[in-house]
Amino acid sequence: MLHAVLINGIFQDSVTLMVVSRDLSALPKVNRVSVMMGTPANKNVFRETGLWHAAFEVATPNDLCLVVDSDDNDPAIAGAMAEQVKNRLAEQARTNRKAGYPLARTWRRARQLLPEANLALISVAGHYVIEPARQALEDGCNVMIFSDNVSLEHELELKMSAREKGLLVMGPDCGTAIVNKAPLAFANRVPSGPIAVVGASGTGTQEVTCQIARLGSGITHALGLGGRDLSERIGGISALTALDFVAQDSASRVIAFVSKPPSPAVKERILEAMKNIGKPVVAMFLGERVIQRNMGNIHFTQTLDETAALAVELACIDAHVSSLPDVSNSSICGLYCGGTLAAEAAFLLAENQGIELDAAHPDGFMLHSGGHRIIDLGDDAYTRGRPHPMIDPTPRNDMIRALASDLSIGVLLLDVVLGYGGHMDPAGEIVTAVAALRAARGEQAPIVVIANLTGTADDPQDRGEQSKKLEEAGILIAESVRSAILIAARAISAQPAQTGEAPALLREAPAIVNIGLRSFADDLLANEVKVVHEQWEPAAGGNERMQRLLAQLN
Amino acid sequence: MENSALYETLNQANAAVIAEIKKARPHLVDVKPAEDCIPALREGRTLLHAGPPIEWVDMTGPMQGAVLGASLFEGWAKSADEAETLAAGGKIRFVPCHDNSAVGPMGGITSAHMPVLVVRNAEQGNVAYCNLNEGIGKVMRFGAFEGEVQTRLAWMRDVLAPVLSEALARIEGGVNLTTLMAQAITMGDEFHQRNIAASTLLLKTLAADIVGTAASLEKKQEVLSFLGRTDQFFLNVAMAYCKCVMDAGATIEAGTIVTAMARNGRDFGIRVSGLGKRWFTAPVNTPVGLFFTGYSQDDANPDIGDSAITETLGIGAAAMIAAPGVTRFLGAGGFADALEISEEMREIFIDTNPVLQIPTWDFQAACLGLDVRRVVETGITPLINTGIAHRKAGIGQVGAGIVRAPLGCFEKALEALAAQQGIKA
Repeated sequence: MLHAVLINGIFQDSVTLMVVSRDLSALPKVNRVSVMMGTPANKNVFRETGLWHAAFEVATPNDLCLVVDSDDNDPAIAGAMAEQVKNRLAEQARTNRKAGYPLARTWRRARQLLPEANLALISVAGHYVIEPARQALEDGCNVMIFSDNVSLEHELELKMSAREKGLLVMGPDCGTAIVNKAPLAFANRVPSGPIAVVGASGTGTQEVTCQIARLGSGITHALGLGGRDLSERIGGISALTALDFVAQDSASRVIAFVSKPPSPAVKERILEAMKNIGKPVVAMFLGERVIQRNMGNIHFTQTLDETAALAVELACIDAHVSSLPDVSNSSICGLYCGGTLAAEAAFLLAENQGIELDAAHPDGFMLHSGGHRIIDLGDDAYTRGRPHPMIDPTPRNDMIRALASDLSIGVLLLDVVLGYGGHMDPAGEIVTAVAALRAARGEQAPIVVIANLTGTADDPQDRGEQSKKLEEAGILIAESVRSAILIAARAISAQPAQTGEAPALLREAPAIVNIGLRSFADDLLANEVKVVHEQWEPAAGGNERMQRLLAQLN
Repeated sequence: MENSALYETLNQANAAVIAEIKKARPHLVDVKPAEDCIPALREGRTLLHAGPPIEWVDMTGPMQGAVLGASLFEGWAKSADEAETLAAGGKIRFVPCHDNSAVGPMGGITSAHMPVLVVRNAEQGNVAYCNLNEGIGKVMRFGAFEGEVQTRLAWMRDVLAPVLSEALARIEGGVNLTTLMAQAITMGDEFHQRNIAASTLLLKTLAADIVGTAASLEKKQEVLSFLGRTDQFFLNVAMAYCKCVMDAGATIEAGTIVTAMARNGRDFGIRVSGLGKRWFTAPVNTPVGLFFTGYSQDDANPDIGDSAITETLGIGAAAMIAAPGVTRFLGAGGFADALEISEEMREIFIDTNPVLQIPTWDFQAACLGLDVRRVVETGITPLINTGIAHRKAGIGQVGAGIVRAPLGCFEKALEALAAQQGIKA
């Protein structure tokens, strides 16, 4: 049997009421208790869950609706539960008072208390979001909307207004973001690092940021977009702003982007924006099969862990490359002893640079296009009448030295194959040849040398010794051919033009007005983020006549 | 109001009101018989009362008790019964203190021969009056009217008032109340529930000149002793101060600033800077708080008195943080509660009062400029610190606590402002 009662004069957020509903449902003599504000959406929930009561017909969004499902026929049980609700909310208010941050009831007061506020974190019921969000934007603050059930019209209005002001709207339905270490809503404690995450997916962003942390790296920021941002209607406004923000942030060296597949037109815009950033971007459009893994600086991935791992790898590469001499806009030459290593290098470089592989490989040229060349020195053309280059390094040494006169080449890729049967000191041979090459080219024509070591610690040549020799000679050791190609491609790519200052949101210490769920403010406080909590209620208690008068009385 | 046309916006009008309020410098200049100051009291049997207009039949116990007390004091009746017959028979005219440049705590009943504090604004020149605080316990303002009440009223008329008048006459320009209150708020007074610092400072200021009067040593001792033990003596001074300041602001005759809040035991009334002397009323709430031994919430009279003029200026409960000690009247009541109250009140005031800085609020200034619009917008109604009278006549004060102004009077005022501006919902 259902008993219901309306409680006036109490406005509470839905999460608080859910907790109260859960606690009251555990009391004896009741099967289920549900407490919600009387919004049209909540009224539907009552209907759909079989908890509808005629008393709710007249309920307004400012009435607290309480329904008790009980075997008890005495309607007084609803009144008793109403008392419980009031007591529990009052108790909560008392606990709230011990907050370590200022409380406000209006945006105006919140700004008085936190004049430097740069972001409003909004988690009030969806149909109320528009007012506080508008107010924050008008006041020059970025906005994160945790709430869902915000209309498309409102989302578009807010995002267009934000775009005009150079501000970012994260959400609606944006579950997570981390701005300058400030955890916004559902967020993890992620170490600082060089990767910026931009995500239209809450848990996707959480997983990627956590994987990044697990791999020993960290993030600059994780910006959220909300699930509908990349739809045709919204057009990726926030995605474009977020990409622009992290592009301008010099601390963000690599960008990881996570979303569901955007609509085709939006995707084109997003990819164009990513391309223009110049920084390495790892893009994951969940559910989309990756056919081409690379498009210049954009790398496509299929899984969250892959996204994180690649972002971390690119960040490491970025750190390496920034310590190397500038060889941007030069070409790559790969001189491989191993045919398959050469073939893999050729395939990956072609994909990376967007060039076609030839079917035929004359003279061991696995790739000879766009100024780049990858040569397999194990090809018949080089072994006729000679030992294999894995045994006799002379031919490769000669070719290395010959690069002294080819100044178009800025990166040299090599393989070092250890193991039984091979040369006993291939690294030593390379070091001598590279030293001669560098001496001949001089400091004006630097060359970056990247080597792959195929071998184990137990091999007769001693992998450790070999790699030490190479490193001491200023030769980079790549973990794999794939990695070598990534480093090489990064080294020759034009460095992104260093833009001016990062946008204020990413530059300044976060100062947040939390509107709605109290616990988000607690989390911010625990992270030593400046926060004011606004205990939001609809203007004039939802009295629409008074709202209309107030709007005009200026 | 025709003055509304002088200001392009309500915000500009409010700025003008606030400028007047900030400019005001009320001084305590004299203590005189009420009839010398207030012409209405010279006409037949007339009494001032607290709050918006009210007639005998609608008065609650404390105000009726005070009417009986004043009738006995003025000699209009020989007994309480006789006095009641007069009042019930329409033989006494009742007018609000607020219509006569005056305020009165609780019942606010003031008669011709009771002395009043004379507070003059040295800047704009307007004057405000308030009767003198009788101390605590069985006192007329809370509705007690017999025995010691009459004795004390007579002593105040015959001894206290003349001595204070003479002492004040010795002080050039009177006592600058702004500087005194600026000091007292740093000493833990919020000027409604707690006035012990200001009362002490006033005594300190007056002591030498009281001693310097021509009164007998015995009378001077009585006066000093009374001032020394009457912790709330300054409440009435603070009320006259606030009335004087708010009246100065009201002369702008435009804007949305509340210039008076007053309760008559039945209705809570407010006046607004742009709406002249019109009262906007709603039924009063009943204060909750702590009660003297033997009394309980059931004995509490509904909210009454002009003392909410302190909250109108932005002190009293709005400055609760200045006097965390009095938050005990809230029930649990700790420093956090005091802070929360002042922070909440800050939402509905549009400015701060540069002369009243509060150390416990990190030297933020007290609230200033209670805006009708903000009350309606936020639903936050002014909180008021108040004494609690027994609901029956003749018993007096039974406790102290807090009470909220009802939202209804602010909504009515907002409607009137909209009508005045030609705004439709």
